[in-house]
Amino acid sequence: MTTVPKDDIAVAGAVPVQRELRLRPSLRHVVIAGAIAAALVIPLVTSSFVTFQVTEVIIYGLAILGLNLLTGFNGQFSLGHSAFYGIGAYTTAILMHNYDVAYYWTIPAAGGVCFVVGFLFGLPALRLQNLYLALATFALANATPQILKFHALENWTGGVQGLVVDQPDPPSFLPIDGDQWLYYFTLAVMLVMFAAATSLIHSRSGRAIMAIRDNPIAAAAMGINTSLYKTLTFGVSALYTGVAGALGALAVAFVAPDSFTIFLSISLLVGLVIGGVGSIPGCLFGGLFVLYVPNIANSLSSGLAGAIYGVILLLVIFVMPAGAAGFVRLAAARLSRSQQAPITGAQGGKP
Amino acid sequence: MELLLQQVMAGLANGAIYACMALAVVMIYQAIDHLNFAQGEMAMFSTFIAWQLMAWGLPYWVAFALTVVISFVAGVLIDRVLFRPVQKAPILSQIVAFIALFSILNSSAGEIWDFTIKSFPTPFGHQPLFGGTLIDTHEAGMIGVTLALLGLLYLFFRGTRLGLAMRAAAANPASARLVGIRVGWMTALGWGMAASIGAVAGMLIAPVVFLEPNMMLGVLLYGFAGAVLGGLTSPAGAVVGGFSVGIIENLAGTFVPYVGRELKLTLALVLIVIVLMFRPSGMFGRSVVNRV
Amino acid sequence: MRQLTRRSILAAAPAVAFAFKAWPARAKDYGPGVTDKEIKIGNTGPYSGPASSYSAVPKSQVAYWKMINDQGGINGRTINFISYDDAYSPPKTVEMVRKLVEEDGVFFTSATLGTPCNSAIWHYMNEKKVPQLFVATGATKWDDPKGHPWTIGWQPNYQSEGRIYATYILKEKPDGKIGVLYQNDDFGKDYLKGVKDGLGDKASMVIVEASYETTDPTVDSQVVDMKAKGVDVFVNCGIPKFAAQAIRKAAEIGWKPLHVLSSIGNSVGATLKPAGFENAKDIVSDFYLKDPSDPKWKDDDGFKTWIAFMDKYMPDADKSDAGNVAGSSLAGMTAQVLKQCGDELTRENVMKQAASLHEVMVPMLLPGVTANTSPTDFAPLKQVQMAKFDGQRWNLFGELLRGAIG
Repeated sequence: MTTVPKDDIAVAGAVPVQRELRLRPSLRHVVIAGAIAAALVIPLVTSSFVTFQVTEVIIYGLAILGLNLLTGFNGQFSLGHSAFYGIGAYTTAILMHNYDVAYYWTIPAAGGVCFVVGFLFGLPALRLQNLYLALATFALANATPQILKFHALENWTGGVQGLVVDQPDPPSFLPIDGDQWLYYFTLAVMLVMFAAATSLIHSRSGRAIMAIRDNPIAAAAMGINTSLYKTLTFGVSALYTGVAGALGALAVAFVAPDSFTIFLSISLLVGLVIGGVGSIPGCLFGGLFVLYVPNIANSLSSGLAGAIYGVILLLVIFVMPAGAAGFVRLAAARLSRSQQAPITGAQGGKP
Repeated sequence: MELLLQQVMAGLANGAIYACMALAVVMIYQAIDHLNFAQGEMAMFSTFIAWQLMAWGLPYWVAFALTVVISFVAGVLIDRVLFRPVQKAPILSQIVAFIALFSILNSSAGEIWDFTIKSFPTPFGHQPLFGGTLIDTHEAGMIGVTLALLGLLYLFFRGTRLGLAMRAAAANPASARLVGIRVGWMTALGWGMAASIGAVAGMLIAPVVFLEPNMMLGVLLYGFAGAVLGGLTSPAGAVVGGFSVGIIENLAGTFVPYVGRELKLTLALVLIVIVLMFRPSGMFGRSVVNRV
Repeated sequence: MRQLTRRSILAAAPAVAFAFKAWPARAKDYGPGVTDKEIKIGNTGPYSGPASSYSAVPKSQVAYWKMINDQGGINGRTINFISYDDAYSPPKTVEMVRKLVEEDGVFFTSATLGTPCNSAIWHYMNEKKVPQLFVATGATKWDDPKGHPWTIGWQPNYQSEGRIYATYILKEKPDGKIGVLYQNDDFGKDYLKGVKDGLGDKASMVIVEASYETTDPTVDSQVVDMKAKGVDVFVNCGIPKFAAQAIRKAAEIGWKPLHVLSSIGNSVGATLKPAGFENAKDIVSDFYLKDPSDPKWKDDDGFKTWIAFMDKYMPDADKSDAGNVAGSSLAGMTAQVLKQCGDELTRENVMKQAASLHEVMVPMLLPGVTANTSPTDFAPLKQVQMAKFDGQRWNLFGELLRGAIG
């Protein structure tokens, strides 16, 4: 019989960055620039509603990135990220509703609050592994709506009725509406934070974080302060998801305890896996999946929407066990293998 | 004092539910080395099958036995069809597969049998036990069956070759294969047993909580908490953990002033986390020393 | 060069956006979503997720509109009823309602379900001036014609029901010790508030406030607690599952308080039967809809109409599920509003008609209970009647009580 659960997250299919298939630098830059250009144009050529949906995709992508930093890159399993999302959202709502703070200041505030909460939670989490950590984070996710409903805090949180958040107004000199402005604002925040995450992962700290995931004992033996890195990662992860929650509050213009249940945590986890654990761009694909697939399932059958969603999920997992990013990696590897000359072989080990 | 006693007994009664579920949780954990999120839904679905069989006229014990067999087969099927394709996949992908199973079972049950609650019969009756009001015959029966199941499992794992083979297959599949154990079959057997235990748990729980598609949501959470508290490596620990969770939760709800009532679940989970911090493998789990 | 291109794109943006958002021109002066042949109505509800036990409400509406269309529609137009799942999650409700209004172009929404869900779209609907008709929740706040003129409520609100229970208790057991079992969310807390407000300065009669979460397996310990603390008036505001558990547990531990059951959990088939009819004897509750599993209505015309509808359009559904009664009644009320609009199908007129309901009946309303609204009164149903369970059926007593908050 097995005893302590093995650190399976370590080999969760996340590929170390150095061996990751990457396009040549200039091609990669072109692709990213192209994607950003396309993203900038979207609200100008689609309806308000689609703009709103894409804003939500970006927000979920950012939330999933938070989870990815903790689980994908650092190997700490979390079912509790709905709590951080909710705390971020409520920070924004409370600051705007009760204290008339401008919306753009609430974003860093939400990030800061969540960083502290995440860091504090990361401390006791140091002692817990895998399933035990899952339970602890599960407890956090369950506690959050209960605390939000708690009558003693009702004056701040609005209790079960929730709080209305005013949608930000676009700056008067721009001829765009509220939805479009919120989209650009969210896009800007997302780009900054994705860039920050990418540079974190490629830095020495990032390698330390991943080393802890792959082999914590070896990492400690090499002198990495695992406790510090693990708690910091928890904090940063919470920060990312908290900022996503804050943006979510602005987009939906409403917060209530029922918006931040354990089901949200599970959705984020699903999005993480579908997008590709350990892949930063994969998070956006995960966000896309989490937003649109339930709608698709619902359109096929309202009574069996959940069953259809489950079946779609299974099919996707069977076909792409390592998520979309893993699939892309595999496909690109096959493609480049078939293009390489068979006899001379891979000179210089080009990917 | 009487209130304390009553709440402890009520906690034991609730705890019997959690202990039952915790057993199924630990069972599947022994077989596949991690938690199956859909365990509760499988139990719920099995219970609905039993209900349907009885609605079609079969007597209780026939329906009971049939359901246990059907659940066993279904468990093996799920292993083959759902688990096998993702076995080599990363653990997170497996978890997502379980989430998908959860969704499918929950939604299908709601569509087939509706969401109105249904009463489920119990062979033990609902008479108060010992004349008093502390515990009734069904709750006592539930505790009895849970302990009996626990005993049977213990005998199976410790006393039979098959049980030994299962433990070997789960602990070290590669070595187990080398000594001739059919690891694939062992996993399937584990799934089947877990599904059957879950079915029994469901059929014991339904008379208390009423049968409906969402009946296992909370139970699984508490069962999970109980299993983790007791230590995922120890079936006996899981049972003790389940009972503990029931008692803790009841006492927290009744006696902790001001916050107790509304934050009952939170308190229970916080206490469990605190226990885990001091004993990271659970109360009765064994921690293993790994070679680096 | 890039500067110019970007600027000119931005300059053109409003025109482009407007072209995408503008509705196609119509011959008559209809509101959006209306043609000579069709009216589009939008709806959201919990088909999945933690509140899926209410899925019968939207499902029965879908069936009802199908029936209406089979009968020729309303004023010669078929109704295109578009209903989406929001899984009881407010962000999802916002997304789905925006889809209904902006992409599907519905005329108005009807019977969107859930307090937090409707709260999330409240501001949006009023800002966009889209009628949010007959919200399927009993919160008090929907009756707000000044602040939110495009939103109209439906059922007697929970607080007023709570007050009615309080009044009843003050009459029957003025020295009682009250325990309230309630769900830890908006409707539960509203019931509790209503009871305490109704007791006024005797609110201290409530000595136990026991909440539960929908994820709790049982409420047995709450019941045990109440008995131990000497509660002799039990206000049971649980949903059917927990109401039934409480009724059964009370009987098991030999506790026989004055038992007041809320209308959420008083169905004969859905609650009392699983709880055990003998255990439910002498329980008191309030009604505004007929309970289809109560044998009393067997020969009632309204009931027979409803049964015919269920048999034809929802043959596999569980008739004891109160959601089927609520949903079909909500749809029936909406149909009435549309009928009153005639050919003047603008959103303004829809609200005007919705605010001028005068003694409107739908088949499953309790005899004597009608819907009444006015420009200052956006609470259509206000009346309830108390009933006592005799072990087999509910026996109505007393008069119709007005439930509106003053």
